[in-house]
Amino acid sequence: MNEKKDIIVVNELTKKFGNFTAVDHISFEVRQGEIFGFLGANGAGKTTAMKILCGLSLPTSGGGTVNGYDLSRDQEKIKRNIGYMSQKFSLYSDLKVWENIRLFGGIYRLSGKSIKEKSDAMLRYLNMTDLKDELVGDLPLGWKQKLAFSIAMIHNPSIVFLDEPTGGVDPETRRLFWDLIYEAAESGTTIFVTTHYMDEAEYCDRVSIMVDGVIADLDAPAALKQRYQAADMDTVFRQLAYQAKRE
Amino acid sequence: MKEFFSFIKKEFQHIFRDKRTILIVLVMPIVQIILFGFAVSTEVHNARVDIVGDSQDPAVRQIAERIEQNPYLHVTAVYESASAVSERFRKGKADVAVCFERNFDERLRHYGKASVRLLGDGSDPNTAQVIVNYVNGVLSEVQADLNNSGGTRQATFPHVQYMYNPAMLSSYNFVPGVMGLILMLVCSMMTAISIVREKESGTMELLLVSPMRPVGVIISKAIPYLVLSLVNLATILLLSRFVLGVPLRGNLLLLLGISVLFILASLGVGLLISVISATQKTALLISGMGLTMPTMIFSGIIFPCESMPVILQYVSDIIPAKWYVIMVKKVMIEGVGVTYIYGEFLILLAMTIFLLAISVRLFKRRL
Amino acid sequence: MIEAIKVENVSKHYGACVALDHISLGVQPGEIYGLIGPDGAGKTTLFRILVTLLLPDNGKALVEGLDVARDYMAIRRNIGYMPGRFSLYQDLTVAENLDFFATMFGTSVAENYQNIKEIYAQIEPFRDRRAGQLSGGMKQKLALCCALVHRPSVLFLDEPTTGVDAVSRKDFWNMLYRIRKAGVTILVSTPYMDEASLCDRISLIQKGRIIKTGTPEEIVAQYPHRLFGVSGNPAYPLLKFLRRSPNVLRCFSFGSEHHVAVSPGQTGREDLLKQIQDAGFRNVTVREINPNIEDCFMELAKEEGQKS
Repeated sequence: MNEKKDIIVVNELTKKFGNFTAVDHISFEVRQGEIFGFLGANGAGKTTAMKILCGLSLPTSGGGTVNGYDLSRDQEKIKRNIGYMSQKFSLYSDLKVWENIRLFGGIYRLSGKSIKEKSDAMLRYLNMTDLKDELVGDLPLGWKQKLAFSIAMIHNPSIVFLDEPTGGVDPETRRLFWDLIYEAAESGTTIFVTTHYMDEAEYCDRVSIMVDGVIADLDAPAALKQRYQAADMDTVFRQLAYQAKRE
Repeated sequence: MKEFFSFIKKEFQHIFRDKRTILIVLVMPIVQIILFGFAVSTEVHNARVDIVGDSQDPAVRQIAERIEQNPYLHVTAVYESASAVSERFRKGKADVAVCFERNFDERLRHYGKASVRLLGDGSDPNTAQVIVNYVNGVLSEVQADLNNSGGTRQATFPHVQYMYNPAMLSSYNFVPGVMGLILMLVCSMMTAISIVREKESGTMELLLVSPMRPVGVIISKAIPYLVLSLVNLATILLLSRFVLGVPLRGNLLLLLGISVLFILASLGVGLLISVISATQKTALLISGMGLTMPTMIFSGIIFPCESMPVILQYVSDIIPAKWYVIMVKKVMIEGVGVTYIYGEFLILLAMTIFLLAISVRLFKRRL
Repeated sequence: MIEAIKVENVSKHYGACVALDHISLGVQPGEIYGLIGPDGAGKTTLFRILVTLLLPDNGKALVEGLDVARDYMAIRRNIGYMPGRFSLYQDLTVAENLDFFATMFGTSVAENYQNIKEIYAQIEPFRDRRAGQLSGGMKQKLALCCALVHRPSVLFLDEPTTGVDAVSRKDFWNMLYRIRKAGVTILVSTPYMDEASLCDRISLIQKGRIIKTGTPEEIVAQYPHRLFGVSGNPAYPLLKFLRRSPNVLRCFSFGSEHHVAVSPGQTGREDLLKQIQDAGFRNVTVREINPNIEDCFMELAKEEGQKS
């Protein structure tokens, strides 16, 4: 595997809503297998940019590729080749654990046999074999999120997008969740993650910080801290985000 | 008092800022009335009338001539046996049959009283209704002539009967029906949804935590929809009077009074729905399926209650719209006064008080 | 002096699910009291009981000496409440929302303008914008204004900073300090452990039970282990290595460092450093550190879990 290969390439990506420019000519690359933190204040354009990268929204101008597929032309292919998990939408709480797995396996067109194999392996890995007949709604939040993450990876996507995956979870579960992220990254999956927890920003290989629709800075956490002479990412983030003009 | 007005203002702002609400509340009634109005054809030409009775009877002949003179009617056949009527209807040879009793003329002269029976082809109820009305018109002219000419000659009372569909829908009937339906829908559904929306969005928590009493919340929720319903009522009445030509015979104030009562009952139903549903979707489902359907079926808008099985007739008795529609028909179309409707009025009043009391009681002052 | 909030042995069940399990706490007038715990810990249930929206199954809750079950109308006049979700009318403008809530509490914006001026000034330029079109930080400020507009003496803020970015959170806390200056008692809940240190006193809550109460400093001082901050490359294998290491009680990553807990007097800094270096990790640093609230929370949650 070529470590230097860029799995996401974004070039002058812009999205306008009327005369409001939500995303303003941003360019960056994400390397294969890295954990890429995508930070930004509320309203900085993070969500808009992420929607375009997931093939849910079209750019106004500029563009790029995800896993080699064009953001403007190959939206369907992008959707089939990425994993996506958000805090808001993840699983159907009125379906059982295994039913959710089967459903999403089916959505990603896996064969019945491979869904079976994968779901067994997944449940064993998550230590949830005994819980497979539980309704997802009855699981504790931490379990739900772990399950949602594994299901987002059921079709072995080369990249997975995580939108605030750990919001509201207790500190220990949050860290166990990051273990899963690390494991996935070690096996070569690229992780694209947004978070409001600044300590989690430190776990990323590289971090970009969006302010007012542009990328204010992008680098490894250590380099950013050095550049802004900050003790932690929280300070870095605040220094950058305080420059924000718009609301 | 100030918080009251502030609350009501806010409700109107919600209504006027949501295009869908406006559509449901103000446009739908107009569309429904117009649709119903033009779906029901009121024009009939060259209706075929059978005369059943003694063709030698002078009075019968006189009436048959008058019918023939009417531009919309013409006599197709004269025969003596009423048993042939259904055969003629079945073959599509006649639209209406006028049946005179034996010795019609003689009875009229000696007793001052004789009866006529009108048989309409109920397989096409709306047309039959119109034709029967025309024939009726002719008969009343004759009646008036007889009365004017003095002497012992008294009125004849035509006895109308419809074959196949004995208690047929009148073409006017849909207006009271639609009034009932629309007022019910706007009041109950919109009130329920507007309250449940506050539950869903979490603003109900804030309202409950404020010092405003729950009854205050309920009343200020209800007033805007009461006002809108009155606007609807006016629209419907104007449309049906001037576009559809439905008569408005009774006392307008009386009509307004019973409408307000019905609106209050509907608000009570809406409040009840809002108490038992947690999401707007549930509220919509309950008011759509659980309210609109029974209202349409049981209030006599589509099917006459009298032709339902007894059990269902009892069920129809608990539908407030049924009593409202009956009253509106009486007041609006028959033009009768308050003495003719006080029974229905009391029933609806009792229902309203019950519904409002129970919904205010169930409305929670906590979560 | 009457306590601003007094909770005694309060429990609440939803069916078989225990939301609150014999909770007791007391809040002094004029303090910022934090209720710190993850989602599902029971924070919102406790708030709803205190703002008179729910009745406790048993136990007693008083707000300024008034019983939440009996004197709920009197309590409702004196408190401000900001629910967890953004709960204002999205289709009304900023000014309309504020006016509405002011009149609902029998007052007007003009009368209490001084009270909310500092916060309202920040959103006043957008007074004619619909609340639904505000950014997260703005919505939060508007909600706070609406909760403050009738000069409540006790303010209940249920997760006001959830989903809000780090900058807006900082701003928000600065606003809370200014509100406290005016003598308002504030009960605030948050899942963000780093906000605990911003409160005067806190209770850590987990699964319906309070696992610790005190000032942030007291809680940190009671941490039972010795704690080291360890960093090195590669980070994740280092974490796994430390967890397997026999003398390590717990190990969690905190930003760029792993926090490693050891029993006092068992393993020293040098020991640990040598162990890690011998295992072949690069750029290793080991330093003794003070625990933060998050370390304490995880420790206490674990102890609590072992007890039950």
